Amino acid sequence: MLLIRCPYCEAERPEVEFTYAGEAHIARPTNPSVLSDDEWRDFLFIRSNPRGRHFERWRHMHGCGRFFNAVRDTVTDKFAMTYRAGAPRPSDEEIALAATSAATRAKDARP
Amino acid sequence: MLLANHPLLGKTIPGDTASRLNIRAADDTARFSLRIDPAAVQSAGTAFGAPLPTRIGGMVEAGGRTALQLGPDEWMLMAPVAEGDGIVDAFSALGETHSLVDVGHREVGILVEGEAASLALRSAIAFDIDAMPVGTGCRTIFDKAQIVLIREDKTRFRIEVWRSFADHVWGLLQAVSREIALGI
Ligand SMILES: [Zn+2]
Repeated sequence: MLLIRCPYCEAERPEVEFTYAGEAHIARPTNPSVLSDDEWRDFLFIRSNPRGRHFERWRHMHGCGRFFNAVRDTVTDKFAMTYRAGAPRPSDEEIALAATSAATRAKDARP
Repeated sequence: MLLANHPLLGKTIPGDTASRLNIRAADDTARFSLRIDPAAVQSAGTAFGAPLPTRIGGMVEAGGRTALQLGPDEWMLMAPVAEGDGIVDAFSALGETHSLVDVGHREVGILVEGEAASLALRSAIAFDIDAMPVGTGCRTIFDKAQIVLIREDKTRFRIEVWRSFADHVWGLLQAVSREIALGI
């Protein structure tokens, strides 16, 4: 069972409580009518789909109900960190730091 | 509540002996879903007649009323049936923007009690029940059904489940009680 840390509940919760919600940090254009058809298509459908580190949205659907963001490796399925919706994309240093503290926290995780 | 349609009314699963495991339908209760800005939690507590917890998973019980925080701006409120109307009146007089929805008929309560209670729940809940602190609660998944699980005491839990899922949850609890009674 994969455990995911919800940044609102501040707890490691089982994967079955969550739903995936696509790539994160995709801002809706402020004035869609000035966009070309190609630009609008890119906004709607074109995603980075990386092999490796991915910034993505999740929802704690069967918990607190909140959407939040996560940094996950698409190869290993390992979550480096999660953070609240609206927070900026974390830097490499912040991600490395979060991964270390997650390892120590895992020892005294509360459900 | 629409007791005529209550799926579990008066039902009990005695388990192997009363001390190891006892599962029964909880008495009827008033239930509300409250959504309000966390900054207004104090005045909401005044309206409810008991303070509201300020941490997700936190629960406060006072004077027969129970408040459980489920999300950043969401609380589940429970009170004796006869006090439900008074709570609605008190919230309608509250100046803060909020939503209070009577969900008393939506759910039924199941009490799971005894030494083997956490063992029984573990059969269908994915997280570590033993690590759940007493006096907390959370929304989660029981098998495939969404529930709210409350740990009232070390060996006493309460499940709140939507009535349409109640038979499913009850059936699984019946099966696991049998397994525990047989020691398998
Ligand atoms: Zn959550």
